[in-house]
Amino acid sequence: MPSVSLTVNGTSHTVEVEGRTLLVELLREKLRLTGTHVGCDTSQCGACVVHVNGESVKSCTILAVQADGGSVTTIEGLAGPDGALHPMQEAFREYHALQCGFCTPGMVMSAIDLVKKHPDGMSEHEIREGLEGNLCRCTGYHNIVRAIAAAQEVMHGRAAALAPAEA
Amino acid sequence: MYDFAYHKPATLAEAVGLLADPEARPISGGQTILPALKHRLDRPAALVDLSGIAELRGIRKDRDRLVIGAMSRHFEIQTSPVVQAAIPALARMAGMLGDTQVRNRGTMGGSLANNDPAADYPAAALGLGATLVTSGGRRIGADDFFQGMFATALEPGELLVSIEFPVPEKAGYAKMRNPASRYVMTGVFVSRGPMGVRVAVNGAGPGVFRQPDMEAALEANWSADAVAAIRQDPDGLNGDIHGSAEYRAHLVTVMAKRAVLDAG
Repeated sequence: MPSVSLTVNGTSHTVEVEGRTLLVELLREKLRLTGTHVGCDTSQCGACVVHVNGESVKSCTILAVQADGGSVTTIEGLAGPDGALHPMQEAFREYHALQCGFCTPGMVMSAIDLVKKHPDGMSEHEIREGLEGNLCRCTGYHNIVRAIAAAQEVMHGRAAALAPAEA
Repeated sequence: MYDFAYHKPATLAEAVGLLADPEARPISGGQTILPALKHRLDRPAALVDLSGIAELRGIRKDRDRLVIGAMSRHFEIQTSPVVQAAIPALARMAGMLGDTQVRNRGTMGGSLANNDPAADYPAAALGLGATLVTSGGRRIGADDFFQGMFATALEPGELLVSIEFPVPEKAGYAKMRNPASRYVMTGVFVSRGPMGVRVAVNGAGPGVFRQPDMEAALEANWSADAVAAIRQDPDGLNGDIHGSAEYRAHLVTVMAKRAVLDAG
């Protein structure tokens, strides 16, 4: 059985897997990190998005063995050790960017990668295009887009704190 | 998904050796083969991961050619200053396919070797007159490489190593996406340069194909107006619940006009 060594949210793990084990299965079933969700299992919905070596990927469409030697960040790894939320999480809370919450972990992970890939900032249109790989079946996109627009200002250092949602 | 053995060779020679087993399959970005394996469309005994092979990587300008390693990911091609300077239409195409997560994993070589009729890169390769370089040392022209739906000139176990694109004077691409799946319904890639004027159509037929009437018209007059009156014959085009062959034929003209405008 192949053995996979990887860092997940800063902690090193060595795990025995099958060749066919998906990264999301390793995360959820072996490491019990169930914040990463499986929605469609067909690489369409984006609920399973995590970061591998800093880039967003659909963890249902990468084998665990392909992440060998890599660094994985999941939704559980975003908050600081003191529990302080990542600016993107804080923005999702402030702007009420969720309804049922199922898509939220993937939305947050995708949104962070998007913001990092656009250092000059994104327009509302670019944010919507950038979320092409994430589906919200509550269709709560409006507040998700608003939250990302607010969070990018903090992440790029253009705002010291999140603009209040009612402002 | 059935289980399989997993290999991650460090050299091209090692990969070719492993792929001599007819039950082994290569995996590059995995964005096509993993969904296919989940559907049990194939049952390989082994997957050979190409991501550790340095010979398949790198993007460089070599005189009048842009050379892209087969394992280059869509995101790398989209954001490469070398690609953006040499063939901006190709960088734009890479930024228009799949979604961010697919672009972070999927590769040009994987897409070309798979030759999905709705894939984007085959239109660029054919529309630019690219040369596809293989592990067998063969240099295959795009006109010979694409052989219809999911079929290419690659032999079993033969891998794409790099793709060489002659740098054009102008190139442009436009596509109509299926509004639900976002796959290409019809796309057209146009270019003018060392390979002459070339027009390649993807998504509309069972495989990518050239449109000689439009090539002749653009040779005489490079403008969107030149292709506006040219009708694509719907015979042999794809017709399905998403659109009839006649609709796709109509889209060929519309996308050709937009592609010429995109090229400038």
